[in-house]
Amino acid sequence: MKKLIIAVTFGMLCSVTALVPFSAIASGPSVHLDKANNDLTDKESLKKGFKTYINYCLGCHQLQYQRYGRTFDDLGIEEADGIANYMYSGDKVGGHILNSMPKKEAEKWFGSAPPDLTLEARLRSPDWIYTYLRSFHIDEARPFGVNNTVFKDVGMPHVLQDLQGVSTIDEHGELSPAMGGTLTVEEYDVVVRDLTNFLEYVGEPNKLERKAIGYWVLAFLFFFFILTYFLKKEYWKDVH
Amino acid sequence: MLMKLFTDFMGWIDKRLPVTDAWNKHLAQYPAPKNFNFWYFFGSLAMLVLVNQILTGIWLTMNYEPSGDGAFASIEYIMRDVDFGWLLRYMHSTGASAFFVVVYMHMMRGLMYGSYQKPRELLWIFGMLIFLVLMAEAFMGYLLPWGNMSYWGAQVIISLFGAVPIIGDDLTLWIRGDYVISGATLNRFFALHVIAMPLVLVILVFLHILALHEVGSNNPEGIDIKKPKGSVKPEELSKFTFHKQYSANYDIVDAVPFHPYYTVKDIMGVVGFLFLFCWVMFFAPEGGGYFMEAPNFTPANGLKTPEHIAPVWYFGPFYTILRVIPDKLLGAVGMFSAIIVLFLLPWFDRGTVKSVRYRSKWHLINLIQFAICFVVLGALGTMPATPVANMIGVIASFGYFGFFVALWFYSKNENTKPMPERIAD
Repeated sequence: MKKLIIAVTFGMLCSVTALVPFSAIASGPSVHLDKANNDLTDKESLKKGFKTYINYCLGCHQLQYQRYGRTFDDLGIEEADGIANYMYSGDKVGGHILNSMPKKEAEKWFGSAPPDLTLEARLRSPDWIYTYLRSFHIDEARPFGVNNTVFKDVGMPHVLQDLQGVSTIDEHGELSPAMGGTLTVEEYDVVVRDLTNFLEYVGEPNKLERKAIGYWVLAFLFFFFILTYFLKKEYWKDVH
Repeated sequence: MLMKLFTDFMGWIDKRLPVTDAWNKHLAQYPAPKNFNFWYFFGSLAMLVLVNQILTGIWLTMNYEPSGDGAFASIEYIMRDVDFGWLLRYMHSTGASAFFVVVYMHMMRGLMYGSYQKPRELLWIFGMLIFLVLMAEAFMGYLLPWGNMSYWGAQVIISLFGAVPIIGDDLTLWIRGDYVISGATLNRFFALHVIAMPLVLVILVFLHILALHEVGSNNPEGIDIKKPKGSVKPEELSKFTFHKQYSANYDIVDAVPFHPYYTVKDIMGVVGFLFLFCWVMFFAPEGGGYFMEAPNFTPANGLKTPEHIAPVWYFGPFYTILRVIPDKLLGAVGMFSAIIVLFLLPWFDRGTVKSVRYRSKWHLINLIQFAICFVVLGALGTMPATPVANMIGVIASFGYFGFFVALWFYSKNENTKPMPERIAD
């Protein structure tokens, strides 16, 4: 048993030491990101995020790998409710979440075509999205009059401006609270958190299922290991 | 009644194909040293991961579309629309990294206990060929998701071949099948990844095991369990029956039949390994951005270079050696030399004592510094090149190659410890 403990500890140590130096030294993004603290199990938040996405984002950004029907099922939206309140494009429920923006034209309008956002949360992280959408500020030099401290010189206008209002930036790069929006700072943060939550869900719709299965698998393997340990011991007792 | 039916059936088979004999020769009556330790799990684990890769690979192929236009979308189709497609894909992607973890540990075992020494040179070479093919297999597989890191990673590695004098440019053109990496490259990599390389891999693994069973397994003590015929007193012979191929010419001591003793032990190892494997697969399948790199969540784009192109972690050590050498051609030569010296290891080591347990202190120190340098090189390979990182990389590269040079010198007249005749209990 002693040898076994040593072996197992060693194995864990190896796997940990293999990962730690990488993640410790690996350089992250240089911009400070706020924690999104979103909760994938919060269906109400996901539904609100979905709604915000449909209303404000979908016009430019497709979710070309995600289907309406799948989203309704996962978020607990009745199909009739979904068709009435979440689908404005006349697509089929089984269809992907697309828009009709012509890519070639969009490139001329924005400098580059607005990217698909299905995997944005996996590409850049939920914290990045959460911070990015709260980091627009006035910059008259830009075509849409706004710039972003997380994504400098981004081609995107501040689409949520009527909700948040506009911030100004001082010479130290600090943003002042936004003015003139319909929401307070706290209310706006909640809207963005819900949207971030939805985008994390869309990035990997099976994430919750994956973890739920994972606990059962690990529990099974744990008990199975004990069994195999004693089986091995039983066989080997006539060798030692 | 049923038993008799089975015996008759096996009798019928055995007259036509020596199945029972092969079972005994390679499993039920194969003499394995009784003192295998933790490090000896990795051979069977490598086999497990290989089977995992092949099986999940077959099922992934059923829904994957090998084309520049369809590849990326088909991966997302697998992740979302195929029943348990996400599980198959994560098993395959986590399996790729696990394969290298297991193989590196398996190779380290060989270094520690001198398992490459005479008479196991060919066995070692088959193992190295497996490693080489595995790297090619992993490299080609990494292009298939057609993400942006797939694309640019392949770009970096393929351009290495451009360093070859005279034919370099034509060579890269021939590999890509196009002037840039394109759907043509993807298609040929797919063909090689799903058919050619796995086929070669399986054949090499078969030869690796045949070669192992021909010369017999080494062990942590490095003491031979085959003694000259008639040299061992009958009461000291192993109490087990071994296949006549082994027992006819040797007296076998301190051994157990592989089956059931090591099958039950390896099952325990497999379950322990699966626990760690599933932990990563279910809770961190991206491996902190090292098993699946973030830029790969956006489709391949020849006009948009990722901020920092890093190879997957398991190529790290060799990539760093390439990078710290300022000249492109010499860098490529350095990188390939790092693999070639491993092939030649049995001849760098001129010693006769196998296990580090009975070798000089110098050998122990040399082994440890080699392992450290290898890990450091690997870590550096995943990080951006800075002057400091480069300096450390140069030192670690010297440590890597220095291992072989030093070994060649001190192993000739090494101050080794006296070896016992038999493996202690």
